[in-house]
Order: sequence, then C-alpha cells, then structure tokens
Amino acid sequence: MAIWLDGNSKILVQGMTGSEGTKHTRRMIASGAQVVAGVTPGKAGQDVDGIPIFNSVQDAMAATGANVSVVFVPPKFAKAAVIEAIDARIPLAVVITEGIPVHDTAEFFQYAQNSGATRIIGPNCPGIISPGLSNAGIIPADITKPGRIGLVSKSGTLTYQMMYELRDFGFSTCVGIGGDPIIGTTHIDCLAAFEADPDTDAIVMIGEIGGDAEERAAAFIKDNVTKPVVGYVAGFTAPEGKTMGHAGAIVSGSAGTAAAKQEALEAVGVKVGKTPSEAARLMREIMQSR
Amino acid sequence: MDLYEYQAKELFVKHSVPTTPGSVCTTADEAENIAAAIGTPVVVKAQVKTGGRGKAGGVKLAADPVEAKARATDILGLDIKGHTVHRVLVAQASDIAEEYYVSFLLDRANRCFLAMASVEGGVEIEEVAANNPDALAMIRVDALEGCTEAKAREIVAAAKFDPKIADQVVNVLMKLWTVLVKEDATLVEVNPLVLTPEGEILALDGKVTIDDNAAYRLEDYEGMVDREGTDPIELRAKEFDLNYVKLDGDVGIIGNGAGLVMSTLDVVAYAGEEFGGVKPANFLDIGGGASAEVMANGLDIVLNDPQVQAVLVNVFGGITSCDAVANGILQGLAMLAEKGVSIDKPIVCRIDGNNAEEGRRILIEANHPLIEIVDTMDDAARRVAELASARKAGK
Repeated sequence: MAIWLDGNSKILVQGMTGSEGTKHTRRMIASGAQVVAGVTPGKAGQDVDGIPIFNSVQDAMAATGANVSVVFVPPKFAKAAVIEAIDARIPLAVVITEGIPVHDTAEFFQYAQNSGATRIIGPNCPGIISPGLSNAGIIPADITKPGRIGLVSKSGTLTYQMMYELRDFGFSTCVGIGGDPIIGTTHIDCLAAFEADPDTDAIVMIGEIGGDAEERAAAFIKDNVTKPVVGYVAGFTAPEGKTMGHAGAIVSGSAGTAAAKQEALEAVGVKVGKTPSEAARLMREIMQSR
Repeated sequence: MDLYEYQAKELFVKHSVPTTPGSVCTTADEAENIAAAIGTPVVVKAQVKTGGRGKAGGVKLAADPVEAKARATDILGLDIKGHTVHRVLVAQASDIAEEYYVSFLLDRANRCFLAMASVEGGVEIEEVAANNPDALAMIRVDALEGCTEAKAREIVAAAKFDPKIADQVVNVLMKLWTVLVKEDATLVEVNPLVLTPEGEILALDGKVTIDDNAAYRLEDYEGMVDREGTDPIELRAKEFDLNYVKLDGDVGIIGNGAGLVMSTLDVVAYAGEEFGGVKPANFLDIGGGASAEVMANGLDIVLNDPQVQAVLVNVFGGITSCDAVANGILQGLAMLAEKGVSIDKPIVCRIDGNNAEEGRRILIEANHPLIEIVDTMDDAARRVAELASARKAGK
C-alpha cells in the first residue's frame, strides 16, 4: 500500500526539459518510478531519454494515463503550470519549485480546492517517496528501504536524515510537505492518511518554527490517531522575526515557537526528541517493542 | 520583509489610500523644511521596525517648522528597544474624532487571507483581541475572489462601523486590498484609521510586510531593502546569494537544508550548555548543491565573523554526494588561502548520507590541520562547542 503514491503511479514531469527537471527525471527513473511523460509548452514531439514531451498536461494525460505531476517549473511560471494540471484534473501534483510568491500559492491552492480533483503537495518541498514502489520528486531513493514507518516533514534534509537514521526499519511513505507559509498538504492530511494505511505501523512527524501547523496536528492526533507518533521540531534557538531559510520558518512575537509546538505535541502523548537522533531512537524503541 | 511606516505610507499614496501628507528625512534641517512645505502643525515620528515608539518618546507634535526641527533633533539617534532611529517621518498632524483598526493578512492556518477590523483602534490590536474579542471582526477573504465591494461591506458590517462612514471605509478596504495584491504583501495594517472632526477617513499609521519571493516582480523591491538596519555580515552574505542570518554566538554553522541547519543550531546550543554557554553564531544554509564555490563563500562569510571561534560544517548528502562535499570544503579552504585569507579557526565536519565513507576518507587523507571529522551530529556539536569554548577562554 503506502499513501498517495504506489507502484501504479504514472508520473509526468512539468518542466522536464529544464536542467533540474531532466536531472531529477533520471533519478526518479533510476529509483524505479514509472515516469511516462514530460510537459513543456512548445516542445511536443521531443523526448528526454525516450520519454515523450507534450505541450500540455491534458495531452500528456490523454496519451499516457499519467496520474501524478511533478512540477519543476520556475517560480514565475509555476502558478500557471499548477493551474493547468488542476484543469486537467490530475489527482496529485507535487510542486518542487522553491521561491513561488505566496499570493500565487494561495490562488492555486484555492483553485485546487474549488476543483476538488487535485491534491497538491508543496510547494518548496522535496516530494513524496514510497520506497520500492515509486518516487515523485527529489528525495534520494537509496537512503532507505521499504518498511512500515510513515514520515511527514516540512524539511528536505531532515527527511533524509530521519530516513537514514531509521534505514534498517524502512518506510511505507515519506512526504516532504514543504517549508512555505501555504502548502497544499499538511501534517494533518498525512497523519490521517497514515492512520488509515494498513501498511503503516507508526509515524514520525518533523516540524519547524512558524505558523501553528504542529499545534493543530497535535489536536488532530488527540482525537484521530491511534498509531504511535514520534515528533521532532527544529528551531528552538531561532530568534524572533528572522526568516530561517524556509519562507514559512519565522517566529512572530510569541507565535510559532518550537517550544510551544513541542509542548502541544507532548500534551497529546507524542514522544518528542530533543535532537533528530533522539527522535530516531524513540521510534526505534517503538518499532522494536512491536 | 517588514517595511517602515514611511514606506508603507508611500505604498498607500501609490494606491490612493487616503492618508496625511508627509515626507521622511534623516536630518533635523530637512524636518524643518518638510514642516514648512506641508503646513503645520506636524507630527514627527521615529521610523523604527518595532512597536511602542510613542511611549519611548519617538512621536512628537510640533506647532511650527522650528519646533519640528527641535523635535527631530530629539528623536534622531534615539534608541527604541535596541533600534537606533536613523529617519523621521514628518507628517501633517490631524485632529481625531475616532480611531479604528483595519488589516488584511495571510491566514496560514486556513490557507487564505483574513480581514480584521475594529471600531476600537489606536491601541494594540492584540489587547482588543484578548480583552474584548467581540469588538474585533475577522472575515475570511478568498484568494481568488479577493476583497470585492460586497466583501468590504461584509467586513464593515461585522465590525459595526457607523453607517454614516460605511462607504468611506469600504473604499479604504478595497484600496488596501489592492496594496496587498499589487505589492505582494502578506500584511497590510492600518492602526489607527481615523475619522477627523470634518468627517474624513485617513490612514494615520501603516504596517506592510512584503513577500520576499515576489521580489522579482515588484517595481522597487531593492529600494525598499533596509541597508542600515541589516547586519553587515548579512549584507555581504546576500551579495554571495547565501541564505544567512547573523546570531549572537561563538560557533559558526554551515549546513545544507533549512530544517537541518535549524536543527544544527539547536543541537549546538544544547551542547554549548556543557561548555560555558557557547552558542551558534549564525544560520547558514548552502542549499542542496553545495559546490566548492558555494562552500568557499560560506566558509569565507563564517570564518570572517570576528565572534566565531570554531565552525561546524554539518551536511547530509542527499542529492549531493559526500565526496563532492568533502572536495568542496578542501577546495573552499584552498580558494580562501589563495585570496590571502588567514584561517586559524578549527572546523569540525560531520558529513553523512550519500557516499559518506568516501567523503570522510577524502578529508582524512587531506590531513588539513584545522579540519576535524566527527561521525554523528550530536558528537560533532559537542566537539565544536568544546573547541569554541577553549579558544574563547584562551583569548
């Protein structure tokens, strides 16, 4: 099983002919993902390593049956690309692009909500991987193996770090939801999907400063999640009012602090590691006691 | 990026939000000239990006140009909560019958925009929200529909504005929405929005936050960047296109990925508690690629921070393989040596992930006198804290 992405996923890449698009298309294929099409307006008829390029998402879906789009389109054109994917009613759009203005994200997120057809993951995210089944985005596939832990994280490299620390157990699905102020798929969406997934036994949730997504996830866990959850929150030492790399990672006044997030998670029984290694150790104990 | 009040008001003028005439200046003489030009009385306001400037003596009335000069002399150079006043806004003073509050902001939780309005303005809006939540109307604004006239009327009705001024407030709201959209703002706030005894509605103070991701499509983004208020090392890092934030501490940090770097800061701070309270000196995310040049620039910035006693390079090779990272560190140090930068600060490296063994082998073989390799993030943090603490004590 796994969530949202499995062996039947057929991936198209928007922006496949760009340097990042081409590089990561090759990596996705090398990790066993079915990449069936690329989309670059005006380049229909060309190919990347034998994968056909189409002018539009609609054409690509009609010709190949693609059901996942991975978006590498530069920030300036990303909104139009995502809206095109939504109009084509693609079930899943994974937006890797970093640096999209938040007004644009707010608009295409609302557009997806109105259409009801498309789940968006990201933007500014590493994507989603179901090890051994499929890989949509830039997460390195060789860090870990298939297993029964679900992982959701705002941060790319912390995702990799956690996959690495727990590589002997392996993962059902790892979702990098992204570090922007508005993201299409939240911690809560992932928690709900992992809770419902029969192939996931336990969940690691990685958060960071900014917003109140972790606090809301804690409230959700209290009422809806029966599987064990281990948490980690980055940014305890971040100063107020400074954006720490991710556009959404900012402590505003007393809101968005790591301490508040940790407290909220611990209050609902989530074990929170002080460091990534400690979080991994807590998950290790849970998996070993099963 | 948070803007100064004067910058916010410039955007208000640009988008026809009614406000009082005024100009910003950096000297008392200019303040006098502005007061003479726009007509007295005026109010002289310290331009700082923090609240509570009124209580700190940063806002003063002046009856004539000479008094405006005197008040500007008082205010320029003042320290308000650690912010030095470099500029004052000299604006026409306005009589006030009533004070209101209006704002639009990004609503992260609900992934849309939010309008807030209250007829109890002129005070901290957090106080109104805490003490009298019914007096603060909060209305969702759809990102695609925007603040239409109907939406503006809904906000005005919810906040219980007097029907006599409803049309004027609706007009202000729609124009503020234009500021939010056209200027790619994540916050546009007016507090207070005032009603004058003559029945005019004016934005007397303004706060605007601009989305940095939209810099490429904003007319004057570079002009709005605050150079005096930014740390000089941060400015230099910006020239290198590095994602750097200066902090107050002794351990320089270089890592890849925002989350991992934030995590590294935390782990170093915890370890520092054991070693005389040393702390991280900066946030620096060199991103996924980590080429030799980027690593060299990163090392250049961090090693040149006089506060830094030791450096931790913490990289998890995901897409980049660790042998490339190891070579990047060595080439980076070589590039600095070529430039004549003398380096005498210890550098602890923890590299893990893709091809980590090869990366460590390269570093061990290079046998660089300043580089020390530690296998795990927690141990590396402890070691760099120990080294920073020892070097600090030895000075």
